[in-house]
Amino acid sequence: MLAAIGIASVADLFVDVPADLRFPPLDLPPAMSELELQRELRRLSGQNANATTHSIFLGAGVYNHFVPAAVDQILRRGEYYTAYTPYQPEVSQGTLQAVFEYQSMIADLTGMDVVNASHYDGGTALAEAAIMALNVTRKRNRLVVARGLHPQYRAVLRTYMQSLNLEIVGDDDPTMSLDDLVNLVDEHTAALFVQSPDFLGKLHDLRGIADKVHAKGALLVVHFDPIGLALFQTPGAVGADIATGEGQPLGIGLNYGGPYLGIFAARQKDVHKIAGRIVGATRDMNGELAYTLTLRAREQDIRRERATSNICTNQGLMALAATVYMSLMGRQGLRRVAELCYHRAHYAATQIAQLPGYTVDLTQPFFKEFVVQCPRPVAAINATLRTHGIIGGYDLAQDEPQLGPAMLLAVTEMNSKADIDQLVAVLREG
Amino acid sequence: MSVYTSEPPLYELSSTGKIGANLPTLDVPTAPLPTHLLREDELAGFPELSETEVIRHFTRISQRNVCIDTVMYPLGSCTMKYNPKLHEEAARLPGFAAAHPLQDQSLSQGALALMYQLQQYLGEISGFDAVSLQPAAGAQGEFAGILVFRAYHLSRGDVERTEVLVPDAAHGTNPATAAMSGFKVIEVKSDARGNVDLDDLQSKLSPRTVGMMLTNPNTLGLFEEQIVEVSRLVHAAGGLMYGDGANFNAILGIAKPGQVGFDFMHYNLHKTFTTPHGGGGPGSGAVGCTAALAPFLPGPIVRQNATDGTYELFMPEQSIGRLKTFHGNFGMLVRAWTYIRTLGEQGLREVSETAVLNANYIRTQLQDLYPAAVDRICMHEAVLRGQIAGAQGIRTLDIAKRLIDFGIHPPTVYFPLIVPEALMIEPTETESKANMDRFIAVMRQIAREAIETPDVLHNAPTNAPVRRLDEVRAARKPILRYNAEKFAELRRGE
Repeated sequence: MLAAIGIASVADLFVDVPADLRFPPLDLPPAMSELELQRELRRLSGQNANATTHSIFLGAGVYNHFVPAAVDQILRRGEYYTAYTPYQPEVSQGTLQAVFEYQSMIADLTGMDVVNASHYDGGTALAEAAIMALNVTRKRNRLVVARGLHPQYRAVLRTYMQSLNLEIVGDDDPTMSLDDLVNLVDEHTAALFVQSPDFLGKLHDLRGIADKVHAKGALLVVHFDPIGLALFQTPGAVGADIATGEGQPLGIGLNYGGPYLGIFAARQKDVHKIAGRIVGATRDMNGELAYTLTLRAREQDIRRERATSNICTNQGLMALAATVYMSLMGRQGLRRVAELCYHRAHYAATQIAQLPGYTVDLTQPFFKEFVVQCPRPVAAINATLRTHGIIGGYDLAQDEPQLGPAMLLAVTEMNSKADIDQLVAVLREG
Repeated sequence: MSVYTSEPPLYELSSTGKIGANLPTLDVPTAPLPTHLLREDELAGFPELSETEVIRHFTRISQRNVCIDTVMYPLGSCTMKYNPKLHEEAARLPGFAAAHPLQDQSLSQGALALMYQLQQYLGEISGFDAVSLQPAAGAQGEFAGILVFRAYHLSRGDVERTEVLVPDAAHGTNPATAAMSGFKVIEVKSDARGNVDLDDLQSKLSPRTVGMMLTNPNTLGLFEEQIVEVSRLVHAAGGLMYGDGANFNAILGIAKPGQVGFDFMHYNLHKTFTTPHGGGGPGSGAVGCTAALAPFLPGPIVRQNATDGTYELFMPEQSIGRLKTFHGNFGMLVRAWTYIRTLGEQGLREVSETAVLNANYIRTQLQDLYPAAVDRICMHEAVLRGQIAGAQGIRTLDIAKRLIDFGIHPPTVYFPLIVPEALMIEPTETESKANMDRFIAVMRQIAREAIETPDVLHNAPTNAPVRRLDEVRAARKPILRYNAEKFAELRRGE
C-alpha cells in the first residue's frame, strides 16, 4: 500500500503535523485482552447497587419499569444498532419504518398531531420546546415555568437560554398555583411550561388553561409521563401546542443516567418549526410504499445558521426500544402497567401515611410518585433502608427545603406488595 | 438483495385483544381513580399484537437496513468503524445498565470510577486539562463550547465579543451552534491548498471575535498546515479556538489538539471511540478544555476525593450549567472506556495510522477517475469529485446510488459544500485491504458505466429493498404518522 501511495513509510503521511508536536506519547494504561477486560468490567459493575441487587423506590424522573426480554433482543440486532442515520433511504427502510411507527404511536399516546424522531432526553426536549416557542411567537422574551417541572429540566432550560436575554419566571415560589402561573403569562411571553404528573408526582387538571395562554398569543407546553398517558388526560386533549416527555419508562433501562429518550410532539400548524429529524411515508419509483426523512429544510446541514436548532443526532436506538416496548404492551398492556403503578403507589402511600411521624397528602390525585414527610432527615432514613437492601426515595432537602424532611417515593409495577410491605416495615422500625 | 419483501405498517397487523407482554396480576387493593383526569378514548386504536408478531415485524424490517455488520460504510466525517461486541456486553452488565442515576454515590463507585478514568484518558489523548462527559452528542458539545467561551469572556469583563468565525468548509452544526448561542456567524474562506485562508482570517478577526470553530483535520480531510499560526492569530485577537472533534480518528497519538492551539474540543465517542451509531443515535459528545476554561465546563463531572480516594460528582464553580439530565449518556461511556482499555497507547496510534493509510490508498487508486478536491496527502478521509471525464449528465448522487447495487453504503455526498459534486470517502481502519480493493474496483466500474451506460446509474439502485423515493411527494403531501386513508391513497398512486 505504501508503494501504491508513493511514500516510504506510514510516518510520511503525517508531515503536515508540526514536527515538534508529532507522535506525542500517550500516558494510558496498557492494552488488555478481552477476557481481562471482561473481568475488570465485572469488577467495576459489581461495585454498583442496581435493580437486580436492591429493591428500588427511587424515581425523580427515571423509573424502574419492567422491560420485556423481547425489547433487547431487537436492540441487539446489528441491522439496527450498527446502522447509520437513514440518509440513504433505499438501504435504511428498517430504521425509517421503525421511526415512523414510533412517531405514530407517540402521536396516539399524546393526542398530538406530529412527533419528531426524538431528542436526547426529556430535559433537552423541553429546552427545544422553548426554542420552538420563541421561533413561533417571534420577538418574545419571557418564559413562564411551573415549579412542578423537574428541577433538572429547569436547569437545562436555563443553560440553553443563558445567552438569549430572556426572563424565566414562575418557578421561584413554591406556593404558586396553576392559576397564578397563567396570570404571569403576558403579551411578551412565548410559552407556559407545566408538567403533569409534576416533579412531586401530582396530577393536574390542565383543561381550560390553553385558551387563556393562547389569548395572550403564547404557547402551552405540557411535559408528561408516557406511562401515565395510558390512563390520564393527554396534552392533546387539553390543547397543548407542544408536548414533551422523558421516554425512559418505555422499555429503556436505568442506565445510570443515559441514554434515554426525549419525546417531542407538536401541532400540524407548527410542523415547519419543529427541530430534529422527521420521517414521512412516500413511494419509490416502482410505486412501493417507502419511508424517508422529510421536511429537511429545517435542519442544520442544509440551513446552517438559519436552522431551527443545531441538533444533528436523535436517539434512534432508544426510539426503537420505545417502539418495540409499545408494540409488545399494546393498548391493554400499557393500561395494565399504568394501573399497577397507580394502585401499588396508592397502597404504599396509604400504608406509610399510617406510620407514626410520617405524613402523606392523600387528598390530591397522584400517579406513581408521592411526597412523604418524614420524622427525621431523609439521608438517615435512606441509610437505614440501604442496610436492608432497599434504595429509598429522592431526598427533597435541596429542591424543596420548605417541606422539611421529605422524600419523593416512586412505586412501579416492579415493586410488588411484598416489596412495599418490607419498605413499610423497615420505616416503622425506624 | 431480491429476498427483501415489504412489511406492512404495524397498525395493519393489529387485532383487538392481543398483548405481547406477560404482566403480573394486581396484588393490592384498587384505589379509586380520579375520573375527571382520565383520558376519554381509553387509548382506542393503539396497536395490539402478540410477542411473535412483534418480533417478526421488527426482525423483518431490520432486514431492510444495511449496517456495519453487513457492508462497508465509507461515510466521510461519520467514522463508521466496526463496533466490537464486547462493548455491548459491557454496557449491559447490571451494575451499569440497571443502576439509578440518583442512587447514593456510595452505591455507585464503580460507575463513577469508570467515568473518572474516561475523563483522564480523553484528556491525555487530546492534551487537555479537564473533561466533562455531560453532552449527549457532538452538536451539544459544540453548544457547550460556545457557551463556555461566552462565559469566559464575560467573566473577564470582555462584553463586546459577538462574532464566531466558521470556515466555509465547516459542518452545518458549527454555524447553527453559534447562532443558537446568540452570536453572529462570520465565514472564513479556504485557500487553494484546502487550509484556512490566513489573509481572509486576519481581515475578519477583531475585538468582536468570540473565537473560531475549526475541524482539524478539516472537512476536506486535510491537516491544517498552518494550524499553529491560525491559533496564534485568533488568540492574539483575544479569541478562543474551538475544535470540532468529528475527525479525531485521524490523529490519535499523532497530534494533540491541546498542543496545537485549541482551547476546547468535543469528542464524538460514537465516531472515534466506536460507540454504535444506532441508526441515528444515541451519540455522546464529551468535551475537553484547557485549565483556564475548566471552571466553566458543564457538569456534573467526577473527581476523586483526595483524602479517602472515593469518587464524587461536582459542578465546576462557574459552570455554564447542565446540558441534559443526569450525567451524560453513560452507556456510551462504558463502551468508549472499554475501547481505550482494549487498545492502549500503541493500539490507538495504530488506529489513526491505519485509517490514514487506508484513505490515502483509496485516494491514489481513484483520483485519476474522480479528481481529488485538493491534490495532497489526506488524513482519514479522501474528498473526491464525482466529475468523471467524458460522462454526460451524471451527478455524484447517481454514483452514490449505484454503489448500493454492489452492497456498499454510499460515501458522504455534496459535503463539504465548497467542493462541487463532493464524494467524501472514509474507509476507517477496520476495513481490510481486500474490501478496499473491491470498493476501488466497483468505483472504477461505475466510472466506466457513467460513460458507456449512464442509464444504469440514473436508475440505480435496482438491487435494494426499494428504488429511489419520491421525495417531493414526501415533502409536499407529508404523511408523518399512520393513517389508513392516506396509506390507501399512497398505494393507489394518488
